Amino acid sequence: MTTATAPLSSRETYRDVLLELMPADERLVCLDSDTGLFNGADFGTAAERYVNLGIAEHTLMGAAAGLARKGRIPFVNTMAAFASTRALEAVKLDIALNGLPVRIAATHSGVSAGHLGPTHHSLEDLAVMRLLPNMTVVVPADAAATASLLRQSLHLPGPVYLRLGRNATPDLPTDAPPVELGRIQVLRRGDAVTLAACGPYPVHAALAAADQLAAAGIEATVLNVHTVKPLDTATLLTAAEVTGAVVTVEEHWRSGGFGSAVAEALAERSATTVRRIGMPDAFASVSGGHQYQLERAGITARAVVEQAREALGV
Amino acid sequence: MSGVLAPPRGTSVAGVAELEAAARNVREHIVDMCAGQEGGHLGGSMSLVEILVALYFDVMRIDPARPRDPDRDTLLLSKGHGGIGLYAALAERGFFPAAQLAGYGGSGSEFMAHPHPEVPGVEMPTGSLGHGLALGVGSALADRLDRSDRRTFVIMGDGELQEGSVWEAAMAASGHGLDNLTAVIDRNGLQITGRTETVVGLEPLAERWRAFGWSTTEVDGHDLGALTSALREPPEPGRPTMVIARTVKGKGLPFIEGQARSHYARLGERQHRRALAVLRACGTEGGK
Repeated sequence: MTTATAPLSSRETYRDVLLELMPADERLVCLDSDTGLFNGADFGTAAERYVNLGIAEHTLMGAAAGLARKGRIPFVNTMAAFASTRALEAVKLDIALNGLPVRIAATHSGVSAGHLGPTHHSLEDLAVMRLLPNMTVVVPADAAATASLLRQSLHLPGPVYLRLGRNATPDLPTDAPPVELGRIQVLRRGDAVTLAACGPYPVHAALAAADQLAAAGIEATVLNVHTVKPLDTATLLTAAEVTGAVVTVEEHWRSGGFGSAVAEALAERSATTVRRIGMPDAFASVSGGHQYQLERAGITARAVVEQAREALGV
Repeated sequence: MSGVLAPPRGTSVAGVAELEAAARNVREHIVDMCAGQEGGHLGGSMSLVEILVALYFDVMRIDPARPRDPDRDTLLLSKGHGGIGLYAALAERGFFPAAQLAGYGGSGSEFMAHPHPEVPGVEMPTGSLGHGLALGVGSALADRLDRSDRRTFVIMGDGELQEGSVWEAAMAASGHGLDNLTAVIDRNGLQITGRTETVVGLEPLAERWRAFGWSTTEVDGHDLGALTSALREPPEPGRPTMVIARTVKGKGLPFIEGQARSHYARLGERQHRRALAVLRACGTEGGK
């Protein structure tokens, strides 16, 4: 049941949109690896296009490639941790190499699996997926963006990695401009510093940091970078040129992911200072929920403010 | 759906004598490629020849003039290191002129050691072992959703069965009752280091596949009559089919037959001439 006080998680939103799309689009096939996300789901006339392949992530990706080669658009379902590491070779060779339109719905991304521990955290997936030729990498920052980006990505001829969370996260501000696949969403404009964020809590940390900085007279541009690949370098460069520094925030190891993508793009075209905030080079060693893990790792508004001030020298 | 259908199922393009002639030509192409600058996967391509000839010349519904015909049967060479065997069979079947095989291994050529779909007739790139059966599961699921009578064939090596992903896919195929999926194992008994049974044993292989829910038969993998008859056999309803083809690595070249070192070879000029002479001598005797 959806209510204003209990927003859906991005994975539940994804599921509901897929259930809505499938009966009308014969190409769509839902391949499950026994995730449980579809327990009790009503596929209606599309019921035969839901196939649970069991706990077998390599087969999940390979079978998706076989289906896609014959004209289907398979949505494969597994956790981000398993999609990006256990099944990686099948993603690389069977899906990406063939440029097939498989949609990888990767749930429990980042540390959203919280107390489930490091076996179920995925802090390398952006690094891995953005390296693969033909892959589009999408990280919706809230439920509405999940629905919109999912629909927008349907027409893409190649594979899509859709990074989803486990639990509900706060919605973006209602006055945010429409989310557009492949284009950075500018949530706030300022001329002092650019805060570029990827994922639900990082975007909220950046927005909260922008408020705090504004209170001190420092105006920040806040970018919601929901499409990590292909990266909208034009919007990024413009923001970097207008402001004095760029701070990136992500729910991913600091190396190789979103912040690295931004640093790579800017290093070749701009003299802007880039500060990256991400998870430290370590595995989670204690239990704790999603927000606890992020706070412990320093993915917070406070850290964003500190990095921005340090970068600007104010 | 396509406007023009591929040849109907059951239309063999040749009798057994013609199939045997095709097999000899395929072997000559393989030997020629192994005499090129890069050499090639000789032993495991030679062991595959009759399996490929049975499928492409007799069993499968394909049209070389229309390699992307939507109604074609699908063949996935999971043991991608048999690439030169696949290229040779496709050329001999008329997917492209055999003269193009001379480019194999050369700079800028689409003929890499492991198959790439740039080559007409190649469905999916393979080479990392343990991928083909899962691809076949997806292909067979697609055919079933399409209510099509298309069939999917996957050829695996025997050493390849040491990959765990094979058994994942084996369970998925039988668990979902994919009787439109047939796998063939090129059971030549050898892998790079030596005999499969001394590296990590696979026997009792047929019992293992039966236990995984596959309708399983064993044939002489160089007997074209036995192969075509096993592969044409209607599937057992609700079960995928496994044909274990007992083969000889390096088949056709007595000086390398049954030797693990035949896995990869670059034939010098003298060896090349000798190999062709042996293959042609067999041809004139009408033997295999």
